[in-house]
Amino acid sequence: MSDPDTSALAPAPVAAVPLLATRSLRKQFGERVVLADVTLCVPRGRALAIVGKSGTGKSVLLKCLAGVLRPDAGEVCFDGAPLSRDDPAALAAFRARCSYLFQGNALLDSLTAWENVALPLEQTTLLPKPEIRARVREALARLELENDAKRYPAQLSGGMQKRLALARALVTRPELVLFDETTAGLDPLRRNAVFTLIAHARREFGFTAVIVTHDLPEALVACDQLALLDRGRIHFSGTPADFIAAADPVVSAFRDSTTALARSVAAIRAGAAPEPEEDLG
Amino acid sequence: MLSSLGHTTVRIVAETGDLARFTARGFASAVGSRRLGPRLVRAVYEQGVRCLPVILIVGLFTGLVLGLQGYHTLAGFGSASLLGPLVANSLIRELAPVLAALMLVGQAGSALTAELGIQRNSEQIDALETMGIDPYGFLVAPRLLAALLVYPIMTTLFALVGLMGGWLSASVLLPLQGSVYWSSVERAVALPDIGQCLLKAFVFGALTIALCCHNGFHAHRRSGATGARAVSASTTRAVVFSSIAVLAADYLITSLLV
Repeated sequence: MSDPDTSALAPAPVAAVPLLATRSLRKQFGERVVLADVTLCVPRGRALAIVGKSGTGKSVLLKCLAGVLRPDAGEVCFDGAPLSRDDPAALAAFRARCSYLFQGNALLDSLTAWENVALPLEQTTLLPKPEIRARVREALARLELENDAKRYPAQLSGGMQKRLALARALVTRPELVLFDETTAGLDPLRRNAVFTLIAHARREFGFTAVIVTHDLPEALVACDQLALLDRGRIHFSGTPADFIAAADPVVSAFRDSTTALARSVAAIRAGAAPEPEEDLG
Repeated sequence: MLSSLGHTTVRIVAETGDLARFTARGFASAVGSRRLGPRLVRAVYEQGVRCLPVILIVGLFTGLVLGLQGYHTLAGFGSASLLGPLVANSLIRELAPVLAALMLVGQAGSALTAELGIQRNSEQIDALETMGIDPYGFLVAPRLLAALLVYPIMTTLFALVGLMGGWLSASVLLPLQGSVYWSSVERAVALPDIGQCLLKAFVFGALTIALCCHNGFHAHRRSGATGARAVSASTTRAVVFSSIAVLAADYLITSLLV
């Protein structure tokens, strides 16, 4: 694998207090332990990609970070202060500074594109109406949706819905944006377009990003840090260069999945028994 | 068997408590909810305007049948002139609030349960939370407030159209004089009857729309069903439980007021 070009986003200087951190986070559903002990740290201004096999709890971790799910144990700290669903004031303050981009976009289907983008400003800020209108117009224009403001989400293509969700996430000018499998189900061209969009938005707005993704090549290019979630724990955490150089078998199995596929297909075509696959998880 | 009965009782008590808490939070969240007006208007439109045809049709046929059955029964005793009080009291005290509520549950209640269930499934409710918007204030409060407005209006319309249906049966299709019918209706209807009718409409409105909202909002909690099946299970459950709740509450209110 070639060394990824990480120069697209110059990492911001690391502040003493990380913007987001977790300590020994645990979450289980019934008997199934999804997160066993997750400790991670996201410095301000950086982009962290959380990768891992399907079903390892990446989205659950993100929902715990966003305060949507309550962890069974451990703690999430935002800007040095612990977050709790039992402290509505702290949670509201956190949500005013954080946005979440859902895998399925989670656009309100009864509202138009304009109303979807305006919603967080109208409901959670005291901005005057002209200011809200200006911000919404700007957000839609930036994401090339100004001609679709009156259309409903169901009338937009998948890529346009993704851009609309990004516009809604960025219109509040958040310090932290959480991306949940933002490129799942998209073709390679659209996938690249979404990562480019995120890179542009980060450069422009300077927000900290946590990106849950399956798309390793794109994550290696677009993020400053990478964490591999495996069996409910952060198995690896480091820079993309560290990830590429790591000799750990779990990391290398994940990293080399594309070349492993090529080997298996070549073996099948040659009539030989393919190499045994890793646990599909 | 005893253990199963105990478990069921505990579950029913817990769910009733959960519903009460949900309803209280729904109403309370209306206080701090921004731009509630447009959402309230939309909820009134969905529960009221959209359900108006079915309310008018069912009300008319209920009155027609009451007039027809009542006339032949009373005529057998030579008391056909009492048809007005029979139709009016049956409609105003019992049939209008109960049947209007059942019709509203069937049309508006099922639709809002399915809508909330789909919003839960597609993470729209989670999205509201992550944006710092209270989903109770945004989604539940306008629907609960609309129910308090719409149910009494729909019940009143049901009763009025039902009375017209009774008159059509008795005086257009059958030989009872219209003046006899309307004057006996006027004498029979007292203010406490109208009060009881409106009280029932308020209670049924709050109860059924709360049940429907609760089932849709918590569609993901249904054990053994996920995705579209969870939405369909929640909708069925909301309609069945709301219908039972209307009849049980009707008996309770009637037994307290009679």
